[in-house]
Amino acid sequence: MHLFALVGFYTSSLSIAIGHEFAKKTTLKTAPESNLSNSQPPQALSHTSYSTVAIVLHWFLGLSIFAMFALGVYMHELPFSPERLKLYNYHKWAGICFLFLTVLRLLWRFTHRPPALPAAIEQVMPTWQTRIYHATHHVMYLLFFAVPLLGWAYSSAAGFPIVLFGVLPLPDLLTVDKEFAKLIKELHEVSAIALMALALLHIAAALKHQFIDKDNLVSRMLPKRH
Amino acid sequence: MKLKLTFLTILAAVASLFSPAVFAQQKLLANQSDVSFTFKQMGVPVDGKFTKFDAQINFDASKLATSKVAFTIDIASATLGDKATDAELPKAPWFNTAKFPQATFASNSIKSLGGGKFEVMGKLSIKGVSQDVTVPVVMTQAGAVTTATGTFAIKRLIFKIGENEWSDTSMVADPVQVKFKIALSGVGKL
Repeated sequence: MHLFALVGFYTSSLSIAIGHEFAKKTTLKTAPESNLSNSQPPQALSHTSYSTVAIVLHWFLGLSIFAMFALGVYMHELPFSPERLKLYNYHKWAGICFLFLTVLRLLWRFTHRPPALPAAIEQVMPTWQTRIYHATHHVMYLLFFAVPLLGWAYSSAAGFPIVLFGVLPLPDLLTVDKEFAKLIKELHEVSAIALMALALLHIAAALKHQFIDKDNLVSRMLPKRH
Repeated sequence: MKLKLTFLTILAAVASLFSPAVFAQQKLLANQSDVSFTFKQMGVPVDGKFTKFDAQINFDASKLATSKVAFTIDIASATLGDKATDAELPKAPWFNTAKFPQATFASNSIKSLGGGKFEVMGKLSIKGVSQDVTVPVVMTQAGAVTTATGTFAIKRLIFKIGENEWSDTSMVADPVQVKFKIALSGVGKL
């Protein structure tokens, strides 16, 4: 537990630090003494941003999937102990909160269209990249629902229903069936690993835009500066 | 001839000694009976049951003062329906089955509340700890089978069920609901 808290703290501090780094870069690039080639006017690098709600949900939920994945990997190796039971419950509660916030996020996305990929970037992107870009987002959203729902279904099938925060019993998604539960557990695991892989691909692509293409695409997802 | 007569007399005497017992013989119908329990783990209800138990019953609704109920549970038969958890139950912090293989209940007195309802006072012993408990029982009869059902609560920590790190009641709640359905044969009219 202490180890995990430490890892959690470390990850969050690290992400804040990275955020600061990006923020610094953004400022640098829009500054007149920027080392960018003069052929490109600074305006070309200021993209239409995501809404504040979308930005907050993106970073919060993005970090939380890494935290929940780490927790999931750590807790399932633990021997039978109060620690193990406690962490399982925390993991379940976190998953339900994630699911709830993802519903809100998707509703927000439908009512507040996210900015389109800047034309300058879309034009130079090969077709296969554009396809993967769209597919990654679609499949990630699919998994945002699938992973927690499979976890919930597993809890139900295994006969350990979810009681949110220890007080609110949630309905069972499946009837108790220990054999079927094993299969659902595998699916929960595999889908979580797939989500991790896609999230890493998403991060790799963002870093590529930032450090190789130097198109400052990430600024759309960073806090607005005035 | 005389010897034969004496033998018969003794036989008759012995038979008469046993006949009331034979008459009052009441047996547990194990396959129609259940003993289960429910507790909460961080708010999540967990159900378990004992699959092996026996009862020694001498119950007569018209003679409650001499009626007796004794119950024995084979603790190692406890199951929560989950292999990993079941493997923990016999260990020392929980039931310590090696040292305390049986839980018992023995009645001291039985009170009728009317309408097939009874209150059975007695001593419950689990894991070497005895406590007086009052168990509400509802009895019904269908054909030759008499069924006694009831629910009562115990506190697991009194019986040291879940010691050391497991005594934290925010993890595993202290109250445990015990539920039973005991089917008996040979019980007279209620």
